[in-house]
Formats: sequence, structure tokens, C-alpha cells
Amino acid sequence: MKLITAILKPFKLDEVKDALQAAGINGMTVSEASGFGRQRGHTEVYRGAEYTVDLVPKVRLEVLVNDADVESALELIVKAASTGSIGDGKVWTTSVEQVIRVRTGERGSDAI
Amino acid sequence: MEEIVLNPGDTAWMLISTGLVTLMIPGLALFYGGMVRVKSVLNMMMMSFGALAIVFVLWIAYGFSMVFGDSVGGKGLVGDIGEFLFLNGLDNSSSLIGTIPAVVFIAFQGIFAAITVALISGSIADRAKFGAWMVFAGIWATLVYFPVAHWVFAFDEFVAKTGGWIANDLGALDFAGGTAVHINAGAAGLALALILGKRIGFGRVPMRPHSLPLVMLGAALLWFGWFGFNAGSAVASNGTAGLALLNTIGATTAAVLAWLLVEKIRDGHATSLGAASGVVAGLVAITPACAAVDASGALIIGAVAGVLCALSVGLKFKFGYDDSLDVVAVHLVGGIVGTIMIGFVGVEVGLFNGGGTDQLVKQAIGAGAVLAYSFIATLIIGKIIDLTIGFRISGDQETAGIDVAVHAERAYELTDNSQGSVLAHSKGA
Repeated sequence: MKLITAILKPFKLDEVKDALQAAGINGMTVSEASGFGRQRGHTEVYRGAEYTVDLVPKVRLEVLVNDADVESALELIVKAASTGSIGDGKVWTTSVEQVIRVRTGERGSDAI
Repeated sequence: MEEIVLNPGDTAWMLISTGLVTLMIPGLALFYGGMVRVKSVLNMMMMSFGALAIVFVLWIAYGFSMVFGDSVGGKGLVGDIGEFLFLNGLDNSSSLIGTIPAVVFIAFQGIFAAITVALISGSIADRAKFGAWMVFAGIWATLVYFPVAHWVFAFDEFVAKTGGWIANDLGALDFAGGTAVHINAGAAGLALALILGKRIGFGRVPMRPHSLPLVMLGAALLWFGWFGFNAGSAVASNGTAGLALLNTIGATTAAVLAWLLVEKIRDGHATSLGAASGVVAGLVAITPACAAVDASGALIIGAVAGVLCALSVGLKFKFGYDDSLDVVAVHLVGGIVGTIMIGFVGVEVGLFNGGGTDQLVKQAIGAGAVLAYSFIATLIIGKIIDLTIGFRISGDQETAGIDVAVHAERAYELTDNSQGSVLAHSKGA
């Protein structure tokens, strides 16, 4: 089992979500995030005082998948999230030792 | 002598104007409240509401008498506190001042006192003890506003026999309070910012306005209320009130354009905060002049104020005083612009209208006297409060946020994830 974590442009979330759902992946966690990579922040001006805002708003998408589905899920995410410009985000995987569905107590792949 | 009778038209307009100027208090609270960070918005708004509460009570007790009572010794410096103590003899439905009930005039002028004090609070955002602010508000109204308003607003033979020196002896023109309200509050704001010192992180940490829509709404309410402030200062429902109203719109719109133009050229962007600030700068500048100039004069005053006020907001960083919400740049500079410009564009009296330099000199003396008295008196009052009860909250409280530290409240609950449990229900009987 793997945890896929994707940092995405907020307006791309719907496309990524739809692509994953169409492929039968029906669970995910989404949170608002901010950060920076190669894409830098912007400046704001208030009564002539300029502030730089380093952090860019992003969404953080987390999906638990079985090992067999990892490659196809990654491909779907990257394809749906891409605009070709700086700031499209990153996707990475981490190995997951155990998953338990709280309601039923099912474990492992059954809980995904 | 012709008998003075109540005029229903004047009375109706002054009743409405009193309501309008009262709306300026929440207007100012929103204008200032939106400009501070999310952790101090309630304190910012409370300083306006608190000022209204304490100053109006003092107004009824002795403030009105200090402003409109007969000048002590005929010197034009302060009214006789004993003459109308607790509105003695005036708080009934039959006494008249001018052509309106005395009680209406008293209520209208009382809100002026409260607004002037509330304006000062913008210079000490995020860091003043609420109790110390309330003490300051009461003392400042007593020792600074009431005497200065007597100088400027108490005309001979209007309420009492002899009035203030600026209105009568000097003859400087100040229709609705460019000196008594705006220069007065602006100079006091500067003094208080110096006494309290800079906020932690001033100039290093971004201190961005937490809600610009609140600032815009506040500016709009101020503008609406200002019709009562300026046109109501005619104390009559007549052409003077109409001229003041038109000029109030003209100057304000010109100031918005001017402020935005400065921003576009200097910073590259026309901002909503700039538009809201331009509104207030224009309103401030036209306040003393709204009945002394024609429509084009009002446009000139608004435009000059928009440019100069927009250029003045950077001074605090240059000189290192933390006038947090630019009371100096907007009210002191705007008040000076409006008061002095009467000497240039005033109908008949202005230099550009063939009036020579006489009025200009009078205007400068009036502005300078109020500025100097307010600045020095505020430094002394502020210092004494700071040395006795302390004016600033602790560094920890300031970092954590004054709303929670001082008022035990938070402005916004934007999620439903709050943790905790009830410690006690109402402590009332």
C-alpha cells in the first residue's frame, strides 16, 4: 500500500479528482496548503508599503492506493494536473505499513 | 430686536444630521477595524465605541458648557464650566439655540467631540491598554477638545455672549472642524504614537489590513455620515447646507482620483485601500472649507489633499514613528490642506480670488495654534498616563493579540473545529 501525496494548483483539483474517480479511486483527503518551489510569491502594496508574499496557495491531495494501482494513479494525477508552466506542483509516494477502516475494523487492502 | 422662533425645517435637518454624524462612529470603527490584523480588530473598534461613550457623558456633564458657555474672562480660551453644568436650563423642549431646539444642537455638537477623540485611536493600534485609552479619552476631551472647540466653534452671541478667539478675534474660517477636529486629532495622534512607541515588528513584519471590504464599507459610512457633519454645520436647512453638501461630494471624488493616480504612478497599482483613504482625505480637507469655496474650489482642495495625503503615508517609515493607521497623513495633513487652502481658493477672501493674503495668514495662525496646543498637551497627558497606570499592554499580550488578551474575545470563528469546554456560565446573579 502506498500513500500518494500531490501538491497541486488549486484550480486543477477538480480535474484530478474527476480523473481518479473515473478510474475507480473513490477516497481522498484534500487540504489547503501554501508553500513555494520554483514558482515564487508575489508583492502586495498597502498605502505604498510593499510586502512580498513568499508562499503560494496550493492544495494538498492525499490518496491511499494498493500497490497495483500506484502507477496508473500517478499517471492520471500528473496528466490532469499539468498546465506545462512553473508551479504545477509535485507528486510523491510513501510506503504505508497499515490501514484500518474505523467503522468495520477491516485492515490492509480491504480498508482501502 | 426680532424675536427668534423655532424653524421646523432647520430642526428636521439638524435631527437628521445628528443621526448622520452618529453613524460616523461605527463607520470609523469599521474603517480602522478592517485595516488592522485579525488579532486586534475588536480592540480597534472598541476604541471608537468607548470614546463615544465616555466623551458624550462628559459632554452632558460639563463639556457643552466648556465649549459654548460664556468665555471665561472674555479671553476666548474656554467657556464657563458652571454656566450650563449638566445642561442647566437648556435640557428642556422649549429652549432654543439659533432656530432649533437647544437639545438638538447639544446632541449634534456632542458627537463631534466623540468623533474627534475616536479619530486619534488610529495611531495607537494593536498596543494600548483599553482602560488607559478610556482615561486618556476623558482627559483629552476635557483639556484639549473642549477648549479648542470653544476657540473655533463658539461664535459671539450665538449661545453665549462671548465665544472663542479663533472664531471671533482672529476670524479664521473653519466651517465644520478642519482645525478643531482634524488638525486637533492628527496632532494628538502623532504625540500619542511617540509616547506609546512602535509596535513589535514595526517596519519588519507585514502588518496587512485583514479585511479591505470592511475598510471600504467604513469609508462609505463615514462619507454618508459626513453629510451631517458638514452640511449639518450650517445649523440650518438652507443654501449654505446645500453648498456644503455639494462640495463634500466634489472634494471627495477629486481626492479619490488624486490618491489613485499617485498610487498608480508610484506603486504601479490603484488599490482599494487607496480609494478608501482618498475618500477620507477628501472629506477631511473639505470640512473647514465646505461653505467657503465654490464647486471648482472644492475640486482643487480635494485633489491637493489626495496627492499630499497619499505622499505623506510614507513619512512614518522615514522618521520611525508608528502612526499605525495614518492619522497624521490623513487627518493632520488633510486638515492643514483644507484650512490653509481657504486662504487661496476661498470665495472673495482667497488669494486667487483677489482677496489678498489677509485670510491666508489668519488660516495659518488658526491651524498652527491648534496643532501646537494639541501636540504639546497630548504629549503631557499621554506621558502622565504612561508613567502612572501604564499605556501599553505587555509584549506577550501584543504578540498573542490584544483582542484575546484585553477583551477575552476573538473577532471571527471561521471553522467549527474549536476545541475546549465551558468553564462557567453567566456569572450574573
